[in-house]
Amino acid sequence: MAKVRIGTQRLKEGFAKMVKHVVIMDVTSAKQARIAEKAGAVAVMALHLVPADIRATGGVARMPDPKVVKHIMKAVTIPVMAKCRIGHFAEAQVLETLGVDMIDESEVLTPADEESHIDKHRFKIPFVCGARDLGEALRRIDEGAAMIRTKGEAGTGNVVEAVRHMKCMNRQIAELVRIKNKENRLQDAANAYRVPIELVKKTAELGRLPVVNFAAGGIATPADASLMMQLGADGVFVGSGIFKSTQPERFARAIVRATRHYDKPEEVAKASEGLGDAMKGRSIDSLSADERMQERGR
Amino acid sequence: MKVGVIGLQGDVEEHLTALEKCGAEPVWIRSVAELEQVDAFIIPGGESTTIGKLMWESGMSKVVKKKVAEEKFPVWGTCAGMILVASRGDVQVKRTGQRLLGLMDAEVDRNAFGRQRESFEVELNVAGIKRFNAVFIRAPAFERVGKSCKVLAKFDGKIVAAEQGSVLATAFHPELTDDLRLHEYFLANAKR
Repeated sequence: MAKVRIGTQRLKEGFAKMVKHVVIMDVTSAKQARIAEKAGAVAVMALHLVPADIRATGGVARMPDPKVVKHIMKAVTIPVMAKCRIGHFAEAQVLETLGVDMIDESEVLTPADEESHIDKHRFKIPFVCGARDLGEALRRIDEGAAMIRTKGEAGTGNVVEAVRHMKCMNRQIAELVRIKNKENRLQDAANAYRVPIELVKKTAELGRLPVVNFAAGGIATPADASLMMQLGADGVFVGSGIFKSTQPERFARAIVRATRHYDKPEEVAKASEGLGDAMKGRSIDSLSADERMQERGR
Repeated sequence: MKVGVIGLQGDVEEHLTALEKCGAEPVWIRSVAELEQVDAFIIPGGESTTIGKLMWESGMSKVVKKKVAEEKFPVWGTCAGMILVASRGDVQVKRTGQRLLGLMDAEVDRNAFGRQRESFEVELNVAGIKRFNAVFIRAPAFERVGKSCKVLAKFDGKIVAAEQGSVLATAFHPELTDDLRLHEYFLANAKR
C-alpha cells in the first residue's frame, strides 16, 4: 500500500481552510457546545471559563478539564478545539492525546513560558495563535502555527483592540506588497520581524497572511462580526459574547447570520433586531496593565 | 465557461484559484440568483452540517436538485460536498437530522477516517487520472453505491471518488494541491 503521511503542514493549514467564513464559538460544557452547533457554528473552542469569567475570577487560568473536553467531543460532530497556555507543551500534548482537532495556544490563559511559545512543528494536530501585528503573526507561523487570529482584548466585549490588530496587520502586509521586488528591504523586514525572509516574501507575493486569519477578542454583536469580516478576516471567534448575553441561542444564530452576510447591512440589521442585552463589556482604559491579556506572548 | 463555487463556508478561494488556472471563469456563489448564472459548480470542503444548513436556508438546495434532475447540471462535491451529494447517511447523519441533496445513489460515512489527528495524505490511483496526491481532512467515504454510480478510487476498502451522470464526488481535496488534473477532468466533462 502507498505510504500514508499524517500531521503534514498541508493537512494542518488545510484544516484551518475548512473552517473559513463562519464562526467558532467558545464553550465550557457539552450543553453549550450543542447550542453552538445548532446555531451554525463551524467549530467549538473548549475552555474552562469564558474570558469574561476568567477576568472576574482571577487566579491562574489553565487548559480545560479533559473530562469536559471529552464530553464536548462526544456531544457534537463539528470540530472541537481547545485552549492551552502559551509555552505549555505538556498541556498541548494532553489535548493532542484527547484527540481535539486544533489547539489554541492562547494568551487568554495564564502564560506558562515567558521566553518562548510551543514548538508547534512537533505536533500532529494544527495550532491557532493570537497576534497583534504582522511580526507576531509571522513568528507564530514560523513556529508552526497553521492559523492566526487577532488577539483583540478577550472578555471585554469591546471590539476596539481586534480592529487595531487587524488594521495593523493589513497595513504591514500592504507595505510588504509595495516593496516586494526590493530584496534588501524585504531582508530588513525579515530582520525586524525576526523571521526567515522566505516567509516575508511569501506574504508579499500573496498580499495576505500565508495562513487563515480569523478575528477574535471582544467581538460581542452581529455588527462587530460584520465589521471584522469587512476588515478582511476569514472568519470570527466569539468568546464571552454568546454565553454572557441574555439569550445565547438567539445571539449565536444572529452572529452566524451576520458573519455570513457581512457585506449586506440589511441582513446584519435583521440579525441584530430584538436580541436583548449584549454582554456588558468594559472599556480598555479600565483594565490595569496586568489585566491586558494581549500583552502576553509576543 | 462560468463555473461557480458554493461560497457559504469552507475552502472556497482554493477552488476559485484552481478553476482560474484551468482557464474557466470562476464565480463565488452565495445566492440562488448567482447560482442561476453558472454552467457548472463545485460544493467545496468545509463543515457539511454548516454548508448544508445554509444551502437549505438560502433555497439553493432546491434549485440544485432541480437543475441536476432536469438539465444534467455538472456538480462536483469535495469532502463536505461529497457528503451533501449522497442520498443516504450513516448513524451520525441520521442522529443530527442532516439533510442530503441525494444527487448520487450512495450511502455516505461522514467521518470515515477519524478526527484531524488521523487526517492524511496518500498517493492514490484514480480511474482516468492515475496517481494523484490525495489530501484527506476529517474525510468522508461512500460505504455503498448503487449500480448507476461508478467508483473512481478506493482507499482502505472505502470508496473515495465516484461519479454518476453529471455528478462527481471526491472525499479528498485536489484544491489544496497544485495538481489541476481533477479540476480539468470535471471541466472537460462539463463541456460535453
